[in-house]
Amino acid sequence: MHAFAALIRHDLRLAARQGGDIGLVLGFFVLAVILFPFGIGPEPELLRRVAAGIIWVAALLAAVLSLDRLFASDYGDGGLDLIALSAMPLELAVLAKSAAHWLTTGLPLVVVSPVLALFLDLDPVALPALVLGLLIGTPAMSLIGAIAAALSLGARRPGVLLTLLVLPLYLPPLIFGTAAVEASLSAEGARAHLVLLAALALAALPLAPLAAAAALRQALD
Amino acid sequence: MLNYLANPARFMRISGAALPWLGGASLFVLALGLVWSLLLAPPDYQQGESVRIMFIHVPAAWMALSVYLFVALASAVALVWRHPLAEIAAQAAAPIGAAFTLICLATGSLWGRPMWGTWWVWDARLTSVLVLFFLYLGYIALVNAFDDASRGARAGSLLALVGIVNLPIIKFSVDWWNTLHQPASVLRLGGPAIDVSLLIPLLVMALGFGLLFGWLLLLRMRTALNERKARALRLYGMRAADSGDGEQPLAAGLAVRRR
Repeated sequence: MHAFAALIRHDLRLAARQGGDIGLVLGFFVLAVILFPFGIGPEPELLRRVAAGIIWVAALLAAVLSLDRLFASDYGDGGLDLIALSAMPLELAVLAKSAAHWLTTGLPLVVVSPVLALFLDLDPVALPALVLGLLIGTPAMSLIGAIAAALSLGARRPGVLLTLLVLPLYLPPLIFGTAAVEASLSAEGARAHLVLLAALALAALPLAPLAAAAALRQALD
Repeated sequence: MLNYLANPARFMRISGAALPWLGGASLFVLALGLVWSLLLAPPDYQQGESVRIMFIHVPAAWMALSVYLFVALASAVALVWRHPLAEIAAQAAAPIGAAFTLICLATGSLWGRPMWGTWWVWDARLTSVLVLFFLYLGYIALVNAFDDASRGARAGSLLALVGIVNLPIIKFSVDWWNTLHQPASVLRLGGPAIDVSLLIPLLVMALGFGLLFGWLLLLRMRTALNERKARALRLYGMRAADSGDGEQPLAAGLAVRRR
């Protein structure tokens, strides 16, 4: 448990001192969302209709953007070998890395999303469903993304490959996340979709570290 | 059976004997099925002649799914038992499956134009087949992304297993999301919902597609094995020349570079 916390602290400290990753991800997220009104026109009616979809897609792409650094720097400098040799199971190490990744990329996205929703004139009634959905969905995306990041370690063009691997896996959170916002505007309510999203996140919690650790093991031998 | 075929030389012998029979049978059944379904079968009372697209579309869709299942099972065998042929089988099957998926998407689009009035809709079934296509592409890209071929093979096996877990999740999520595609009409409780005059040519075509897959799979596996053998022989030849008499220019060049 000590090693687990130490690994998270290590990653957080690196992110805080370098600062680049959080800025890059947040900047991409905000810019991508802000570009849409220029692309599709400024009518509030139209923007309100597509706001949730745009925010979710931009958050998803921002998460993909940050994935290639999840294991790559530790793989490059040999730190990953030491982590694999330590007494902590590799699955737990993956969990710690994913948690740090979520704290440095997913959580900032969740915090910024209400402001962007305001920009796009999303109905305030739908705001809790959007934020809560992102709060549940982004950890799932960090966990699932860890599998793809581990699989593509040492590949020739990891960036393109990572995107191709991860986008099909990200479809379910995207569908349930945007459906929750839609449903919160109708009589149906967002609850059912949020519960399904939570089910996805909870299923990914044990399964994704297993798969990612297996992928890391074969990358390291 | 698995252990018996684990010896590549034995596999080459048996598959070599089976190859012409499988090829002949698949061509014969496909020719029979095409003539039957495209010329002899009656037009549908609602869809008219357009129903003939279904004789390609439906078997291609069945194959797209079964081949993915095959890739995942072969990957599991490769990971668990380190079976020497399982990885080769999975890698040989994936592009064939991707081609079946593409055929399924293309014919579905051609059928959708006259029937639904549009080439493409974001319908649950269509979307999940599109995702299946991307899973195939991801697998193929991952397998070929590494300088070390065995690395790519193992990473691909893991991805195939992750994909098989994810496939039902994608399927159900898009099913609840949006749907226009008709429900299953052949494999369902209470018997098939289509007429026998259309069902029999459909099943013949499905058998033809299955045989075609088997034939192409063996062909590709044999090619991959031969390729490996050629590479090993070339390496062996270089090493032998290198340590041997030193008269050959290649060996001399290598020797100079080494010094």
